[in-house]
Amino acid sequence: MSTAVVEARRVAQRKPPASARRRRFLLVVADHSLLIAAAIMFLAPFIFIALTAVMTNEQALSPKLWPEPFRWSNFVDVFRTAPVWRYALNTMLYAGLATIGVLVSSIPAAYAFSRLRWRGRDVAFVATLLVLMLPVQVTIVPVYVLFAKLHLVGSLWPLILPNFLGDAFSIFLLRQFFMTIPEEYADAARVDGCGELRVLVSVFLRLAKPAIAAVALFEFLYCFNDFFGPLLYTSENSSHWTLSLGLAQFRTVYQVQWNLTMAATLLFMAPVIIVFFLAQRAFVEGVTLTGVKG
Amino acid sequence: MTSAPVAGAFAATVARDRRRAKRKAAWRRRGLVLGLLSPWIVGFSVFFVYPLVTSAYLSLTHYDLLSTPRWVGLANYRFMFEDDQLVWPAIKNTLWLMVFYVPAQVLFAFGVALMLTRARRGVGVFRTIFYLPALVPTVAGTLGFVYLLNPATGPVNIALSHLGINGPLWFHSPQWSKPSLTLLGLWGIGNMMIIFLAALVDVSRQLYESAELDGAGPLQRMRWVTLPSISPVILFTLVIGVIDSLQYFTQAYVAASIAVGQSASQSAENLGYPENSTLFYPVLLYQQGFRYFNMGYASAMAMVLLAVALGVTLVILRSSRLWVFYQGARR
Repeated sequence: MSTAVVEARRVAQRKPPASARRRRFLLVVADHSLLIAAAIMFLAPFIFIALTAVMTNEQALSPKLWPEPFRWSNFVDVFRTAPVWRYALNTMLYAGLATIGVLVSSIPAAYAFSRLRWRGRDVAFVATLLVLMLPVQVTIVPVYVLFAKLHLVGSLWPLILPNFLGDAFSIFLLRQFFMTIPEEYADAARVDGCGELRVLVSVFLRLAKPAIAAVALFEFLYCFNDFFGPLLYTSENSSHWTLSLGLAQFRTVYQVQWNLTMAATLLFMAPVIIVFFLAQRAFVEGVTLTGVKG
Repeated sequence: MTSAPVAGAFAATVARDRRRAKRKAAWRRRGLVLGLLSPWIVGFSVFFVYPLVTSAYLSLTHYDLLSTPRWVGLANYRFMFEDDQLVWPAIKNTLWLMVFYVPAQVLFAFGVALMLTRARRGVGVFRTIFYLPALVPTVAGTLGFVYLLNPATGPVNIALSHLGINGPLWFHSPQWSKPSLTLLGLWGIGNMMIIFLAALVDVSRQLYESAELDGAGPLQRMRWVTLPSISPVILFTLVIGVIDSLQYFTQAYVAASIAVGQSASQSAENLGYPENSTLFYPVLLYQQGFRYFNMGYASAMAMVLLAVALGVTLVILRSSRLWVFYQGARR
């Protein structure tokens, strides 16, 4: 009887035939070499940008790809060439205030769209999605005229103010997340005597922290990245330029060389990449959240 | 026997009070909804409904922001389709994005995600590497690529010349400028890839196993299990891609102005460099509206863009019924 068991175990442990093993091994190697090749292609632009950022100007224009000597002072020169701190301050002002605005205005709206029942809710939500679907350029002319009449063109306000009146993408994202929170949590709080506002604040805000973090992160990055808005509203007044606008003008306005331009480019990417490594989970969760209900 | 009417009257008051309380609660709820939504109601009206209506009106006028709008009827639309030499190139360029750029992105993102699902080791590291470029701010990525693809001194053409290949002029050639932008777009597919990856991981193991038992090879499993299972996600990425292609602006604007070597904000004439090959519809709209201040004409362009955006989205969503499968039910 025990021999049967031993036999069975031996059969189970027997390695697959050599040819199958070799095939599987080769397949794994093929998969991974493809991955590694792709990874090198994705990393190459970073590497070349970084290498050029520490070259002298002559090297940047020569066929040599490795800097010799390394010219670290490029990074200092960037700050001497353009008012980078000014741009950074403007960017922080825009991104920071816009993010606060989006959270304050979109969380309540998302709550009303997901947890409260009222007539016309679905129609209103579809209308909200429509904002998301249409290119910004469709509405940009009258909005620009509006801000021009308010004498706000040439400042950061046209970029910041609309965010305090809700943002369709954030409302959509938060609603999707609020929908996944079981109603029992809210009911328990109601039984304990909480009003709707208390339920929102003490149940949903707490449970939706990851989604709120993702929305805040996305909004901040969107503003940090935004080029069209600053170009439209601040291009005539360089004291209100943001980093993205400043960088786009950097090479041409200041007549600077490629090595300094790449150093500036690297400095501009660095904060985002650092933030990413600090908050990787919020990113991936957030991105997945946009696709779940696709 | 007087108690019965009294009791009846009492019951009636209770019922009335209850109804009143209910109505009061309903009003309070309505007030709550209105309160929670009020910022968005204002935002939606001021920054969406009002501009749409005003745009429609302005598109029928001549307006330069300084003087009052002058009614011109359909002249803007007529000019657009009959006289403007730049509208058709702009439409063709944008169409190019929809036909080549977006599908290339979707395919590539899908391919990279598929590769990741087959990896045994280092999935996290690879995923991070493939995602990273999506984080790079658009202006920074574009500047980087204009440098990398610099015809004479850029690393790519230097590397190509080592292989004995005479590299193209990339951003300086009308034939290669859009493929160059496509390379930039393929580099930044991180978000799409993450969405595909999440969908691929969700495909049911049982389906694969039963397909394998039925004798399906890898290609057949891809065709009959993987693709139907993730078709909602393919639809999602296509819709997002097409909407993005309709507002494709920053990369084209920055690449053209840097490649031509003039200030990005000072001269509008360099938009579309070289030879209008990067003059996409939104770039032309920007040029007309905010460089030449032809606000009426720009509004007409915006109206056409609105119609196209609605039309294209509808067509994709309609056609999706034929090829998108939702889990559990065929819709």
